[in-house]
Amino acid sequence: MLKITDLHAKIGDKVILKGLSLHVKPGEIHAIMGPNGSGKSTLSYVLAGRDGYEVTSGSALYQGQDLLTMAPEVRAREGVFLAFQYPVEIPGVSNKYFLKAAYNALRKHRGEPEMDAGVFLKFIKEKAKLVEMDPAFLNRSVNEGFSGGEKKRNEILQMAVLEPKLALLDETDSGLDIDALKIVAGGINKLRDPKRSVVLVTHYQRLLDYIVPDFVHVLSGGRIVKSGGKDLALQLEKEGYGWIEAEKAAA
Amino acid sequence: MANQDVKDIAGQDYKYGFVSDVEADQIPKGLSEDVVRLISKKKNEPSFMLEWRLKAYRHWLTLKEPTWAAVHYPKIDYNGIIYYSAPKPKKKLASMDEVDPEVRATFEKLGIPLEEQKMLSNVAVDAVFDSVSVATTFKKVLGEAGVIFGSFSDAVLEHPALIEKYLGSVVPYTDNFFATLNSAVFSDGSFCYVPKGVKCPMELSTYFRINAKETGQFERTLIVADEGAQVSYLEGCTAPMRDENQLHAAVVELVAMGDASIKYSTIQNWYPGDKNGKGGIFNFVTKRGKAAGPRAKISWTQVETGSAITWKYPSCILLGDESVGEFYSVALANHYQQADTGTKMIHIGKNTKSTIVSKGISAGHGQNAYRGQVKIAKSATGARNHSQCDSLLLGDKCGAHTFPNLEVGNTSSTVEHEASTSKIGEDQLFYLRQRGLSVEDAVGMIVNGFCKQVFNELPLEFAVEAHKLMNISLEGSVG
Repeated sequence: MLKITDLHAKIGDKVILKGLSLHVKPGEIHAIMGPNGSGKSTLSYVLAGRDGYEVTSGSALYQGQDLLTMAPEVRAREGVFLAFQYPVEIPGVSNKYFLKAAYNALRKHRGEPEMDAGVFLKFIKEKAKLVEMDPAFLNRSVNEGFSGGEKKRNEILQMAVLEPKLALLDETDSGLDIDALKIVAGGINKLRDPKRSVVLVTHYQRLLDYIVPDFVHVLSGGRIVKSGGKDLALQLEKEGYGWIEAEKAAA
Repeated sequence: MANQDVKDIAGQDYKYGFVSDVEADQIPKGLSEDVVRLISKKKNEPSFMLEWRLKAYRHWLTLKEPTWAAVHYPKIDYNGIIYYSAPKPKKKLASMDEVDPEVRATFEKLGIPLEEQKMLSNVAVDAVFDSVSVATTFKKVLGEAGVIFGSFSDAVLEHPALIEKYLGSVVPYTDNFFATLNSAVFSDGSFCYVPKGVKCPMELSTYFRINAKETGQFERTLIVADEGAQVSYLEGCTAPMRDENQLHAAVVELVAMGDASIKYSTIQNWYPGDKNGKGGIFNFVTKRGKAAGPRAKISWTQVETGSAITWKYPSCILLGDESVGEFYSVALANHYQQADTGTKMIHIGKNTKSTIVSKGISAGHGQNAYRGQVKIAKSATGARNHSQCDSLLLGDKCGAHTFPNLEVGNTSSTVEHEASTSKIGEDQLFYLRQRGLSVEDAVGMIVNGFCKQVFNELPLEFAVEAHKLMNISLEGSVG
């Protein structure tokens, strides 16, 4: 699904990713953990194609294609979805209208006809249930006046509607209280699929109590310095990131 | 990279920029008392009209062109303009079939079908080509309801008493440089009178088109809603693409008596000039409504996407107690367009209320200014005003300016003013692109969202048109 090899990237003159490699197969959930400033969000943005991030060397293949040369909207239409850490507000544009435009852009890309408005409405109402979202939110402007938790739920709703093949979840747990966290995690779990891969970027272990990953990777200094199973996350929770840094220094 | 993508969106041509080959009855260039007399004569006007025009012309000679607006343009040569141009043959038209086929073809191209049988929507249209009104649809249906709607010229001949009573009653011939010029030389326009207690059975609409070269268009619209009457009116405008600038100096007067309401919507899409700022219409317009009686209501909605220069301030004089004034505006300045627009709300009656919502969008090298005045007279106890002025910038070479002026003459009134300026965000663009939308669709979605509050005020069929127009007008140097 996704094969990243020796990826180097910078913002301006600041080199952030320094030889990152990662291999994600269909259906797998990978958690990427690491201290602040280790390059977690940069990885998400580089994969989604955000302006301002320059890849200096290395590659990222998505379904065998070079992901890094595609425009952001083409990556999206090909099935790459980024759940934002800080979802933006689009005043005056209803959530429903926005979802419909995004969904139809995807269908158009696949050569399918646009979905009828009535059918689409039923479709998104069904999806809203996945994240226990009041249908009234569909008529409100995108993220405008939403609480932190509502914004994150809205991200997962979009994921449910767009049904990506590769979902990048950037600190989806940040700023959530425990009830909101359960709802968001529940939504993501319902979207687990043998054909869908998830890369979960998180600072804390607690999200992994609800979404059990197949692999856990520790990102530090722009590289993956340790990989393991879900137990690695528990160890990190208990002992912090210091011991990995020490281990790295010793090596 | 995204920023460059925004800049690279291919510009779409102004789709109304064609010229129609219509033989025109024109008078020579230039302005003099003789020209004023000639225009009046060509229209067979009664003497009170000629007198009024001449007073205006003589007054105009004493005036200087105003320079306070935040717009810059080369000096206008008022003797280099043709003040009267009419499609030939100029004779009284008994039916639609007699309209010059070229003129009809033009309006059809613009999507304004004059033939009533083809009309799908319930909209009566008066069409003004260059200087004269060429056709009015649905005249009969309106007549049955007692509504008078048609060209100003016809109204002068058929309803002289109404014209004499209301012409200049809101915008006097001494009002300002451009309105005074209009009073002297205006050649046509629309007139509407809705009698007491009548709710106009359909939307009324006037479509203005400048075709001939080197002509100015000076039309005048007068709408009177008698006590308890209601009317909704829409004007649309386009012009061919020409390298030289053309002058448009119109006047609109609205009179709403007690309990009457007038809703006036404009979709202004005059030729804006090309990408480098060459050509385009100079749009200097005076629009004012008088809420003359208690609980009268005047509502202006405008979507201004065209013209090289826009200078207009649709205003309300709230004379009647508890009368209401509204102003909803979207103004776009792309490429080298300049817009200086806003409103005046003059509160005189007790418990009068006004609302101002202004949305300015600047792109390319466009400059957009909101200029507004809220004046609450001593007599207007309990008056309320709420103003909201938002500016959106697309790119870093454009500008947005706000000039609000509030004068409150008593202590029982409330005036609120809110303003915001924002730049279309890279993060908003990236968010929408990450969901699969192209840069173009993303920009269109953000801007239309920004304008929504104003578009909601338009009659439904025109709201859809405004939405599309905004997307077309945005194409080009967005970024």
